Amino acid sequence: MQKFRLLRYLKPYKVNIILGPIFKLTEAVFELIVPLVMASIIDVGIKNADKAYVFKMGGVMVLLGVVGLICALTCQYMASVASQGFGTQVRNALFSHINTLSHAEIDQIGTPSLINRLTSDIDRAQHGVAMTIRMVRAPFLTVGAIIMSMTIDLKMSIIFIIAGLLIGLILYLIMSRTIPLYQVVQKKLDKTSLITRENLEGVRVIRAFSKQENEQRRFGDANEDLTKSAVWVGKISALLNPLTYSVVNLGIVAIIWFGALQVNAGQLTQGKILALANYMSQILIAMIALANFVVTLTKAIASGTRVKEILAISPSVQAPNSSQVPAPVPGAPIICFSQVDFTYHTTGENALNDINLTILPGQTIGVIGGTGSGKSTLVNLIPRFYDITHGKLQINGVDIKEYPFEALRKRIGMVPQRAVLFNGTLRENMRWANENATDEQIWQALDIAQAKEFVQKLPLGLNSHIEQGGKNLSGGQRQRLTIARALVNAPDILILDDSASALDFATDAALRKAIARQSKGMTVIMVSQRANTVRWADKIVVLDDGHIVGEGTHEELLQTCQAYREICQSQQDEGEGEK
Amino acid sequence: MKKQSIILRLLQFARPHIGYLAVGLISAMVSVGLMLYTPVLTGNAIDHIIAQGNVDFAAIGKILILLAVSIALGSLFQWLLSYCTNIVTFQTIRDIRTAAFDKLNHVPLKYIDSNKHGQIISRVVNDVEQISDGLLHGFTQLFTGVVTILGTIGFMAAIDLKITLVVVLITPLSMFVASFIAKGCHNMFAEQSATRGEMTAYVEELVGNQKLVKTFCYEDRAQEHFEEINNRLYTCGVKAQFYSAMANPATRFVNGVVYAAVGITGALSAIGGGLSVGQISCFLTYANQYTKPFNEITNVITELQTALASAKRVFELLDEEVESPDTDNAVLTESDGSVKIEHVHFSYDPARTLIKDFNLTAHNGQRIAIVGPTGCGKTTLINLLMRFYDVNKGRICLNGDVDIRTITRNSLRSQYGMVLQDTWLFSGTVRENIAYGKPDASDEEIVEAAKLAHAHSFIKRLPQGYDTPIAEDGGNISQGQRQLLCIARIMLTHPKMLILDEATSSIDTRTEIRIQKAFDAMMQNRTSFVVAHRLSTIREADVILVMRDGEIVEQGSHRQLLKQNGFYAKLYYSQFENSLEP
Repeated sequence: MQKFRLLRYLKPYKVNIILGPIFKLTEAVFELIVPLVMASIIDVGIKNADKAYVFKMGGVMVLLGVVGLICALTCQYMASVASQGFGTQVRNALFSHINTLSHAEIDQIGTPSLINRLTSDIDRAQHGVAMTIRMVRAPFLTVGAIIMSMTIDLKMSIIFIIAGLLIGLILYLIMSRTIPLYQVVQKKLDKTSLITRENLEGVRVIRAFSKQENEQRRFGDANEDLTKSAVWVGKISALLNPLTYSVVNLGIVAIIWFGALQVNAGQLTQGKILALANYMSQILIAMIALANFVVTLTKAIASGTRVKEILAISPSVQAPNSSQVPAPVPGAPIICFSQVDFTYHTTGENALNDINLTILPGQTIGVIGGTGSGKSTLVNLIPRFYDITHGKLQINGVDIKEYPFEALRKRIGMVPQRAVLFNGTLRENMRWANENATDEQIWQALDIAQAKEFVQKLPLGLNSHIEQGGKNLSGGQRQRLTIARALVNAPDILILDDSASALDFATDAALRKAIARQSKGMTVIMVSQRANTVRWADKIVVLDDGHIVGEGTHEELLQTCQAYREICQSQQDEGEGEK
Repeated sequence: MKKQSIILRLLQFARPHIGYLAVGLISAMVSVGLMLYTPVLTGNAIDHIIAQGNVDFAAIGKILILLAVSIALGSLFQWLLSYCTNIVTFQTIRDIRTAAFDKLNHVPLKYIDSNKHGQIISRVVNDVEQISDGLLHGFTQLFTGVVTILGTIGFMAAIDLKITLVVVLITPLSMFVASFIAKGCHNMFAEQSATRGEMTAYVEELVGNQKLVKTFCYEDRAQEHFEEINNRLYTCGVKAQFYSAMANPATRFVNGVVYAAVGITGALSAIGGGLSVGQISCFLTYANQYTKPFNEITNVITELQTALASAKRVFELLDEEVESPDTDNAVLTESDGSVKIEHVHFSYDPARTLIKDFNLTAHNGQRIAIVGPTGCGKTTLINLLMRFYDVNKGRICLNGDVDIRTITRNSLRSQYGMVLQDTWLFSGTVRENIAYGKPDASDEEIVEAAKLAHAHSFIKRLPQGYDTPIAEDGGNISQGQRQLLCIARIMLTHPKMLILDEATSSIDTRTEIRIQKAFDAMMQNRTSFVVAHRLSTIREADVILVMRDGEIVEQGSHRQLLKQNGFYAKLYYSQFENSLEP
């Protein structure tokens, strides 16, 4: 993996990162001075009954507080700007980087994981930055309190060191046990959430089999398991407060006893004992804050690493160096596969083997074959979503790798299997291929895609709101709109990846007719499992297990291709005779 | 639902654990009391250390022993407090969560169909979690906070009224600061979380459909939109973070003021001979502790409010109507395979009637095909047959005259074997999924069913064969294979009647032929209802129901319907039209 530093996104905030902690330190210094001021009030002011001195020192304390507050707020502001700015920059960079990744990387990482890294992981890293800027205070206070105790009395500071070590040990012992356990609890919580989701999605099946009680038991077990873990973690972390409290207060007991001995020997004053006791309490607060900081920082670093991993991946499909669009070779086929092999994973089996296929401009090509035969894989190579493993793939006689992405993909209209629309108006969805498409162009595309009629019936027409994923439309409507979306830009090549499966026969036929009539000159590649969808194509390609096992027209294939015959027989039998 | 009634209901859930709750509350009082007592002892001890040669070791020793004991006891009760709250909290929310889940198994399907699944899950999981975080933990925190404040005032008053008065007078300042920050935070956070939600939705959409983004070269526009949201998030993020980060320094400042005030008044009083140095030390400790609970309480109150809102949502789920109970527990043991639908009317939405006066008699072994264009409401019939929904008027009978509403749902549903378009598998092994309807099935039976469904060969090729776990997102098996598993599941149970909903639509045609053959064999002597696009299935049906816009428009056999030359005929012929020669 290439070395990649996430921290470079902090660069613009250098000033904040340096000044923030300095302000914070200033506040902490003031905080440490306060007990000393109090000690001198007692030792000087009270002893000499000097009221003016008391007022003066009291005023100093308030002043220290005010300046401390201002310093602290300045630091918080700097931390907020730096950390939020850092997060914002990283988010922009990551989103843009995800956009450059090819399908191969996206398949491998998985979209849920990408989304998590882009949202919660960056949030955590950002939080880590903020905490780091603010956190100088805790270690400083701990060390500072110990040093102050040393300046007061070297022997007494031994008590501080022991107490500090003990608290550190307690924190370490408890937290090193609870942190992994909290992850276990989270996993178990996810499990209950998974079972709930399954039950909602499978409600019909569950009730059909009358398995409600069984499911309740399954959930009950998971829930009980979760409760047990949660209680167990709770029991361990419940020890934290009482133990640290005991250490600190027993430390104070020790300070009083040994302090008393020192005072008796004339080496210490009453006021200084008070100051020592005060520092002791400060150590506890600081140590707990420090422990929490360590947790946050660990999480932030883990999250940062996950983000870094993605940023360090370079896309396997690379754009050509030159942004010039190569000129087509006159007379060359529009698409030409020669001896193409393709595999998704370098070690895995080939998904496509020795594919030779020539497609001429304006032809309609049908691709048919069983599940997993490589139909979708084949068409996904044409817009260069993946790079072929072996062989040659040419568009207009030019190697596909010589085209800039945009020049290649803008020529291709792709209708994927899963019909997805985006949150926004219908018009915005139709403008995906071409930002500046006119309403006229959109209506024309809708007409070809057999969607005009129902869109006209919508009260808001092109302004109708479409929910995320297109949930407020039926499957068939969605599919027709995705077809229209691909047609808006009048592509040279239209690829329908089994995209008419949710349509009934009548709509499917009308669609094919309209494409043939209204898009003369367009090269159409139709992937389907239905023989009827492809039978009128100029050429039908039959795929089986990654190999082309038949190529030709419907009639030719019926004569020569066993696999094709089987498909047709299963789908039509005597139907044609009756017509 | 009022706040009081929500709290009362929560208390009802906590009731079985009331012993722990009581011990917890008592421990809270004892531990707070002891912890507040320690500064008094410390102060007393310091008062015996006066100057060189003037230290009363005997008295100090006694006090220190007392101090050590009260520290030990204080810690013990503090631990007891956390221990008890933990148990009460987790056991109570376990009960609430179980109740919520059980509820889901008893609500009518309408509730599940008409609510977003994400929202329901969030009620069962996140909202319940929120109750534990906010309400139960918050409650103990609130309780100890209040006890601490009252206790501190009490102890201080016992030592010196005047200084106590000074401390209490500064209190409103602390309250003011805390509430000012809390209010600001609330608004800022609301804006931030709205923006963050917007961003997450956008990211889910765009990254989730990254392939489409590539297809349409939409990258630049997506980036532009993303950065716009991101910039807004930055602006409100800085504000929200800064506001919330103000809380700590502000409290520290108020603390500092209290500390200084106590120091000055204490010192003046000491000069006047009123207070000892030890008592000042004691006061200073109290001053340090005093303002903290105020800040915490403000936090707790906001948390309590979110928790109450969560509790309200959970209780709303718990208050959902359940399915009408099975009338007289009559169990239908053996169906004769006949189904009679008489004058049935049905609609999901009272404003739009879907099924009007529908009649059908299916005899044993008949095949009923339901056809129609996309989205015409073909699944409605299944909902009625399985009694996922009740008819509005008319009745559906099995065995001649047995109204399905007079028998138990379980015994009705067990007569049918159902394969739906949305394949559903749960996160268990392949074996467990096939045996779902018959958990005691032997291995031979399971393999046999898998073979009948043509699933055996692919299962064998899976890394762990029949013991392969089905991944959560089903990533390790294809859609077609999922369907085969669902078919195997039915093959195992040998139901009397079948319901198939476009069951074979995502299996390739060659596999489909084989499955079809297996189904044909299974459908012998079994009444079956098939929703399908495939003509081969339809043509062999005894009765075809043609649906359009939710209504049944034609009914008859394939030949009858073609002769009728109506909607069915049009649908049927459309598929053979030549797309190239219009």
